[in-house]
Amino acid sequence: MLTLLLIFFPLVAALLLFVFKPQSAKSIALTAALLELVISLVVVVEFNKTGGPQFEVNIPWITSLGLNFSAAIDGISLLLVLLTTVLVPLIILSSFSKTYDKPSTFYGLILTMQMALIGVFVARDGLLFYLFWEVALIPIYFICLIWGGEDRGRITFKFFVYTLAGSLFMLVGLVYLYFQTPGTHTFDIQALYDAGRSLSSTEQSLIFWALFVAFAIKMPVFPFHTWQPDTYTVSPVQGTMLLSGIMLKMGIYGVIRWLIPVVPGGVAEWGLTAVIISVIGIIYASCIAIVQKDFKRLIAYSSIAHVGLISAGIFTLDAVGVQGAMIQMLSHGIIVFALFYIIEIIFDRTKTRALSELGGIRNAAPILTTVFVITMLGSVALPFTSGFVGEFLLINSLFQYKPALGAIAGVTIILGAVYMLRTFQKSMSGEANSRTASFIDLTGQEKLVLYPVVLLIIIIGIYPAPLLEISESAVNTLLQSISAVTASAN
Amino acid sequence: MNALFVITGLGIVSLLAEFGNLKRWLTAFVLVGLTAAVILAALDWNTTQRYFSDMLVFDNQALAFTALISISTILWFWLSVDYFATQTHRTDRTSLVIFAVVGSVIMASFNNMAMLFLGIEILSMSLYVLAGSRKDSLSSTEAAFKYFLMGSFATGFLLFGIALIYGATGSFHIHTIAQTIAANPAGLPTFFYAGVLLMLIGLAFKISAVPFHFWAPDVYSGSPTTVTAFMSTVVKVAAIGAFIRIFSSCFVAVESTWSLVLQVIMILTLVIPNITAVYQNNVKRMLAYSSVGHVGYILLAFVSSPTETGTIFYYLTTYSVSSLAAFSVLHLVEGNSEEITVDYFNGLFKKNSWLAVTITIALLSLAGIPPLAGFFGKYMVFAQAINHGYTSLVIVAVITSLIGVYYYFRIIIAMYFNESSAPSITLTASQKMLLFVLIALTFALGLFPDVIMTLFRA
Repeated sequence: MLTLLLIFFPLVAALLLFVFKPQSAKSIALTAALLELVISLVVVVEFNKTGGPQFEVNIPWITSLGLNFSAAIDGISLLLVLLTTVLVPLIILSSFSKTYDKPSTFYGLILTMQMALIGVFVARDGLLFYLFWEVALIPIYFICLIWGGEDRGRITFKFFVYTLAGSLFMLVGLVYLYFQTPGTHTFDIQALYDAGRSLSSTEQSLIFWALFVAFAIKMPVFPFHTWQPDTYTVSPVQGTMLLSGIMLKMGIYGVIRWLIPVVPGGVAEWGLTAVIISVIGIIYASCIAIVQKDFKRLIAYSSIAHVGLISAGIFTLDAVGVQGAMIQMLSHGIIVFALFYIIEIIFDRTKTRALSELGGIRNAAPILTTVFVITMLGSVALPFTSGFVGEFLLINSLFQYKPALGAIAGVTIILGAVYMLRTFQKSMSGEANSRTASFIDLTGQEKLVLYPVVLLIIIIGIYPAPLLEISESAVNTLLQSISAVTASAN
Repeated sequence: MNALFVITGLGIVSLLAEFGNLKRWLTAFVLVGLTAAVILAALDWNTTQRYFSDMLVFDNQALAFTALISISTILWFWLSVDYFATQTHRTDRTSLVIFAVVGSVIMASFNNMAMLFLGIEILSMSLYVLAGSRKDSLSSTEAAFKYFLMGSFATGFLLFGIALIYGATGSFHIHTIAQTIAANPAGLPTFFYAGVLLMLIGLAFKISAVPFHFWAPDVYSGSPTTVTAFMSTVVKVAAIGAFIRIFSSCFVAVESTWSLVLQVIMILTLVIPNITAVYQNNVKRMLAYSSVGHVGYILLAFVSSPTETGTIFYYLTTYSVSSLAAFSVLHLVEGNSEEITVDYFNGLFKKNSWLAVTITIALLSLAGIPPLAGFFGKYMVFAQAINHGYTSLVIVAVITSLIGVYYYFRIIIAMYFNESSAPSITLTASQKMLLFVLIALTFALGLFPDVIMTLFRA
């Protein structure tokens, strides 16, 4: 019941927006998002950390397709649901200083997006997962198309077709698995797991690639990332936050829930390849980030680097790595949200995102500078920030897996420090110019958005245990269930 | 059958409505009559009645098609109110449309080749006139003439095929022909198989399958938009209904004769129109090619399992609803212009978000994006094909539907991205209501496809 409420409350709220006046859309959307956060906190309180999937719902929906509305929350789902419900109110609040054309549609799309994201994270039926996965694409596409920047028609279309093509491969893979289930076929997650594991290794490899391509495009992992920098840059900032803060986690979640347990044989065979391309992606994206001139584009590339590390950590199939990935997903979500918001604040005041035209903000805006420093340190994984916990666990697991790969991935911390510190130097320190001389420090509303994030970065950095505990048992169950296959492969 | 009586009666009343001052009430009367036809079809459910020495058989499949045709026509009358708002042509236009519906219902319920021929001709004769009903327009006249020539040509193939089959089996009755096929396992005379292939070609013209589709883009773009909407929904449903009625029940026994030919036709129908549509700037032509492309998916379902007609029926329902929504908006956007290009949609979201949102949903559904009706239509077709081992054909179909996304999104991008200086469009309450109903149907069919799928499971 709680699960259904969690999924559909945002949708109901989105529809309600159109009943009221457009001017009140902002505040209604924020109220709804905060209520949704409360619901998710209730789930956290009620959640039993060692109980497996909980709050189950299972309603027959389309019997002729074998589709049930089957959803449940386990530790892995819960952390991502929590990330969504924490970030969406912040994203809405971050838009308060702006007036968007057709606000009901804008906030309606954000809330619809939230519904789809939560649906993705809790679905326990293959086709239902696919439906939510696709539905998530529609609102974000229109947010970027309607309120985006220059040349958005072409760029957002590339994004749409790219991700749609990936998902169609996934659909073919899922339908193939569906027809392997015994009796009257079903999309039930356990049945798909059993069906996938009974396949021959060639079939498992094919399914692995069909699913992996879809997830890799969404994250995105090199070389499937070409849609990402343009789309992040051209989107309105709330769109970018949704894309980078939450939506890319759909891809990582997909790997954990719908790839590794479904075709463990395929993962054992191709896992090393996946780790290697992820690591290549980290280095590649970091190097490109170093030479970026546009602030937003730089963060877009840094996001590819961070996601690459998460993806590499997961494919080590090591509990430490997967746990590291979980915590790093949360950390990356809030940090990248804060970074994009800071860029937006700077852009609002100076009308530029070119690093060469910025500088000297530090003197005019000490509070913004402090917030930026903390977020930046989180991003470069300094100890006592949330970024450190995740990256440490991930690199640790990579060392266990293949020391050489761990060493290469470890370089990212240095590269990350290079591009982030360079960014800080170019934007915050140095001499103020005509654009930045009269820079106004954070307003009350901006503080309201950024202070909680800064607090979270530090709290998670110092005491991550409660979050790690939530997903621990689910991660262990998942890895144990495939240990027989992976052990024989090694 | 009762539904057919009512619809025929409506047609005759429409003709007589010129007398007295009954014209004013005609549209209302027609709508009531068509609603009655839907109800009567529903009441006859599960009865399978035979009429006129088995010439017509109203089994569940025929009743389902009758209901779909009638409901589509009701929605079509709603969207084309202004088409009938003339002083001089109200009654004749109404009666022509109604007689076309009579032909459609016969095509969905025939059990005798003569009735098939009659149904097709009743439908086609009315359509030839309707296509040319914008008399002052050269393209409308051209469309009517082209349609007539190509239609007669196709009828020639069909009649020749029927004659050959009659020669081989001695009967026009479908069930007798089926019995004859079953009684001669060694095979019938060669010209029987030639007859089957000729009928296949004749019907391929009618459902506008490639390479017999050349008339469709010209006729669709030349005819008045409302008539185009009628042709691409009601008429298409009837043609597919006739096609699957004869090929899934009778000729399925000689599947080896036509299955390879039909597979080639199917692949061509998937690939060629979807690619051609990309290059169209005239939206009506684009939708015409898209409509031909959708026949490809229907044929894929048919080829993979000729007897599972439920999937095809569901696909047709979703396609009709989405097409009606798209054509409604097209009709409202075009105003008095003859040719409507993609530029007409520039900035539509700012000018009138109702129209923009409706056609967006319609196009997303036609492109097969979940959770809309069109997605489940395509999904069921693909699942059925994979289940019967046609995975490679499904991959072709997946690629063509990605191409479909490309041209449908040209309109969507124009609406939200491009700017326009054209004046905004205001809608009446009735038009808004129609758009709302069509959107709601597109969602409802997508979220609850079981309502239709279970009809064919009983």
